[in-house]
Amino acid sequence: MADFRKNFLARVDWITVIIYLVFIAFGWLNIYATNYQEGQELGLFSMLSRHSKQFVYILAALILAIVVLIIDSKFWVLFAYPVYGVVVFFLVLVLFLGREINGATSWFFIGSFSIQPSEFAKIGAVLIVAKILSQFNFSVHNWRNMTLLFGAMLLPSVLILLQNDTGSAIVYFALILVVFREGLNETFLIFGVIGIFLFLMTLLIPFSVLVPLVSLSALIIVSLKEASFRVLLFGALIQVLMFVALIGVSLLGNLELNAEQLVGFAAIASLPVYLWIIWQKRLRSLFVILSVWAVSLLLIASVDYLFNEVMEDHQRSRINQILGFESDPLGRGYNLNQSKIAIGSGGLTGKGFLKGTQTRFNFVPEQTTDFIYCTVGEEWGFAGSSFVILVFVGFLLRLLYLAERQRSVFSRVFGYGVFSIFFFHFFINIGMTIGLVPVIGIPLPFFSYGGSSLWSFTFLLFIFLHLDTDRFDVVA
Amino acid sequence: MRNQFSRRKYVLGGLVVIVAIVFLIKLVAIQLVNPRYKLSANNNSRHRQIEYPARGLFLDRHGKVIVFNQAAYDVMVIPKQILPFDTTELCSMLNLSVDELKSGIVSARKYSPYQPSVLVRQLSAIDYARFQEKLFKYPGFYVQGRAQRAYQSDIAPHVLGYLGEVGVQDLRGDKHYSTGDYIGISGLEKQYENLLRGKKGIRYFLVDVHHQRQGSYEEGRFDTLPEPGKNIQISLDAQLQKYGESLMNGKRGSIVAIEPSSGEILAMISSPDYDPGILVGRERTPSFNKLKKDSLDPMFNRATMSRYAPGSIFKIVQALIALEQGAINENTGFECNKNLIGCHNHPEATNVKKAIQYSCNPYFFQVYKRIIQPGIYSNIFRDSEAGIEVWREHVLSFGLGSGLLVDLPNVNGGFIPDAEFYDRWYGRRRWAFSTIYSNSNGQGEVESVPIQIANLAAIIANRGFYISPHFIKAIDGDITTPEEYTQIKQTTVSPKYFDIVVEAMHDVVWEPFGTGRRARIPGIDICGKTGTVQNVHGEDHSGFFAFAPKNNPKIALAVYVENAGGGGEWAAPIASLLIEEYLTGEVLQIEKENRILDFNLY
Ligand SMILES: [Zn+2]
Repeated sequence: MADFRKNFLARVDWITVIIYLVFIAFGWLNIYATNYQEGQELGLFSMLSRHSKQFVYILAALILAIVVLIIDSKFWVLFAYPVYGVVVFFLVLVLFLGREINGATSWFFIGSFSIQPSEFAKIGAVLIVAKILSQFNFSVHNWRNMTLLFGAMLLPSVLILLQNDTGSAIVYFALILVVFREGLNETFLIFGVIGIFLFLMTLLIPFSVLVPLVSLSALIIVSLKEASFRVLLFGALIQVLMFVALIGVSLLGNLELNAEQLVGFAAIASLPVYLWIIWQKRLRSLFVILSVWAVSLLLIASVDYLFNEVMEDHQRSRINQILGFESDPLGRGYNLNQSKIAIGSGGLTGKGFLKGTQTRFNFVPEQTTDFIYCTVGEEWGFAGSSFVILVFVGFLLRLLYLAERQRSVFSRVFGYGVFSIFFFHFFINIGMTIGLVPVIGIPLPFFSYGGSSLWSFTFLLFIFLHLDTDRFDVVA
Repeated sequence: MRNQFSRRKYVLGGLVVIVAIVFLIKLVAIQLVNPRYKLSANNNSRHRQIEYPARGLFLDRHGKVIVFNQAAYDVMVIPKQILPFDTTELCSMLNLSVDELKSGIVSARKYSPYQPSVLVRQLSAIDYARFQEKLFKYPGFYVQGRAQRAYQSDIAPHVLGYLGEVGVQDLRGDKHYSTGDYIGISGLEKQYENLLRGKKGIRYFLVDVHHQRQGSYEEGRFDTLPEPGKNIQISLDAQLQKYGESLMNGKRGSIVAIEPSSGEILAMISSPDYDPGILVGRERTPSFNKLKKDSLDPMFNRATMSRYAPGSIFKIVQALIALEQGAINENTGFECNKNLIGCHNHPEATNVKKAIQYSCNPYFFQVYKRIIQPGIYSNIFRDSEAGIEVWREHVLSFGLGSGLLVDLPNVNGGFIPDAEFYDRWYGRRRWAFSTIYSNSNGQGEVESVPIQIANLAAIIANRGFYISPHFIKAIDGDITTPEEYTQIKQTTVSPKYFDIVVEAMHDVVWEPFGTGRRARIPGIDICGKTGTVQNVHGEDHSGFFAFAPKNNPKIALAVYVENAGGGGEWAAPIASLLIEEYLTGEVLQIEKENRILDFNLY
């Protein structure tokens, strides 16, 4: 054991380092392939092309990794607040001094060199979460502690949102997973998921379909729980009665309500009736279920109202665009279709390195950045794309394992933070290119072109690896 | 260290595994099971063809088409798909030299080996027909249809304007355009670009390696149809315009004719001019360069851009302002005191009407003095400072100075000086009427452009109001003119004083000593006023403005002939010929007409 502790290099988790090297090497090959054009000499060091720039970024990242391994890991524990302060400062600064690219003001330019502070802000956010959560007597039940935690966690997100870079801003919500691991009541998570799900559904499915659907599922759950078909019938009856009553009211009151509104209001109006009956019968669990249902209906109604009545046309289309719902043929729908064609055309084994045609025709604008996974899919086929997914799974599970073996809360939380960020990027980016997740432009870690994202991911990973190597030095 | 929540790592690990499984299932679906994606991409490539909308036409006030579209064809090349071919045949079909062909292909390859580039622009229909037959022999080449402008006759180049390739600024500012597109650069083509251009359609085709179409892409679900541009009817009278241009042939100058009751511009001539048809197609660039080099500057629209001192025409405005201000009344007379300012010999101007008729300079010297120094302040400097602002406000209400709205890009506003202007020039309170008296007769610092003078004629014809001069009459047959071109703009001078100047302008033409004798038309009650623009660089410019008939006027106009001497000499007869043409549809004053047609200044 003594030898093991002395030999720093032996304590580094080489499995993770090897996965990291595989990722950046494979990522670079794909960027090279995307820029490659037959009959055109691609000098490795023609500094204008993206693959050679990325080559330089990778070299810098490796140096960075070594530096991070050399710096005493206590630095990060001690300087978590200052580091956080610096990144927040730069996020504010970029709002004033940054240059706009694709509608987002998130870049600093120093000559021809550009830096995206929002990428580096992740490091600050993960550090601050680890710092706050590892504080002595921190409790997830203390609302003051939680307010501080979420405030610190989401401040960068708000600043990035101000830069008009929605994708990068959403990433910070992934850190909720860390808080979950540290004891956040799971109902929050469940409610959060249901809330987001309903929010998206409200925008996707017409009001008149969604409301009866949610009502019906609530009724079914209730009747199953009660093991009574009568409840289901009774519920349906109340709704129909409410519906008829509403028609009567709208006729008498000369209100012009359409079918959609009638159905919706009927469902909402029948709500107190249910709650009253159940309260009478003292069915606590049913009361909870129906309360959830009631809140869901209110959420749907308010989102629907906000979206259709309050918002302006351009705000609506902006939201649709962010969520990838816009069916604009030349917009995101078109890109997505092309992205799927590129991946799909790869087949089992792919067209081979440098043999892809779809990815090199520049039909998807963010070919080397957000849509780099297309090139993997087209040139390396199912074999290559599933390989990337499997290695990512191994990488993420390894991070979980490493995080759990930490002896200090700070290191563990930091590990979970790193895990959450990588998991979220993996989920959104690949999900988006294969059409499972709305088009949200964030990079695929270690694959996508760009120095800022590569360096910040390297930072995160190697700070954690260094914390991991020092885990025995820490008295928990 | 383990704690009570450590089991939650399984939830998170499970989440990772579930996401990965869902991803893998989706990958199996699109990469292994569904052949659609493979088919879409593997053997085919997608070709995006822009369907250009037809640009809107221009019609004249009688509904006659004056600008239309003619089919033209761009030869496109995709360098990657070229196979060895017969160079000489291709060159002869496309009227290219071998070198031009080679450099064209090289620059296309530089742009992109896979994307189409334009090799030859706007091939004529005949060349296209010949090339189309042989096209199968030239893989990598194809033809994209596109319309170009064509003109019924060579009239009104300055009004209509021309098209050109879209510049970087417009490319960035507007998603409608892509490199190589055409956009209105000047005239009405620019003014109404957004109405004329329509909306592009896009069709996607699947094409094989030889660029033969294999059918639509995804059953056309990404295709959009082009929307044609809107046809614009303009107020121009093509026949009047053509006649006016023939009269101005060989002269430098301009004519603007307006229908007073509506503000519609009937004719706008700037001479020398050019044939708009030469700025189209393959001759465009050489023609353009030639026009730009021409020392007579035929592309310059004198009617809206040339600033002249309004000269004696301005006396009408001075008279109206003086009457409104009470500086004079209808019967005020002034001696023709040539010590004040030069004049010619004429009977005594015993009232303002006669003063206009004889165009007496000392008379308007006195008039302007009373306007500028009304005696409100005993200090003449202070008095002038206040007086000029009152005067200027009146003048601006006549559409002079800045602010005359016309639906053309680049309309100069002329200049009407204010107190601040002279303060800068002489210093505050260091100038008075005696410093600025030359404005009294439309010399000095006042300047106007011909369309403002035509508008002034319309104001007098209307007895005190105008509607902003405009060309737009109907958009796609819909005759709701934009609001800004229907509003009546009243001058600050009350209508009752206008009859006095109308009578005066009538006498200018019809009384024995009037300066506008040459404007007489038998049987037509024309009113007018000459204005000679003093020119230090050479012969004076001849100016005349008029309207007719005196009651219920149908046409108001301004004529300027540069370096042609007094206004009565050349501008007045030209005005009379145009009025006769417009009101009667024919010209009987043959002798007068021949005198004009034979007169050449360059
Ligand atoms: Zn006189």
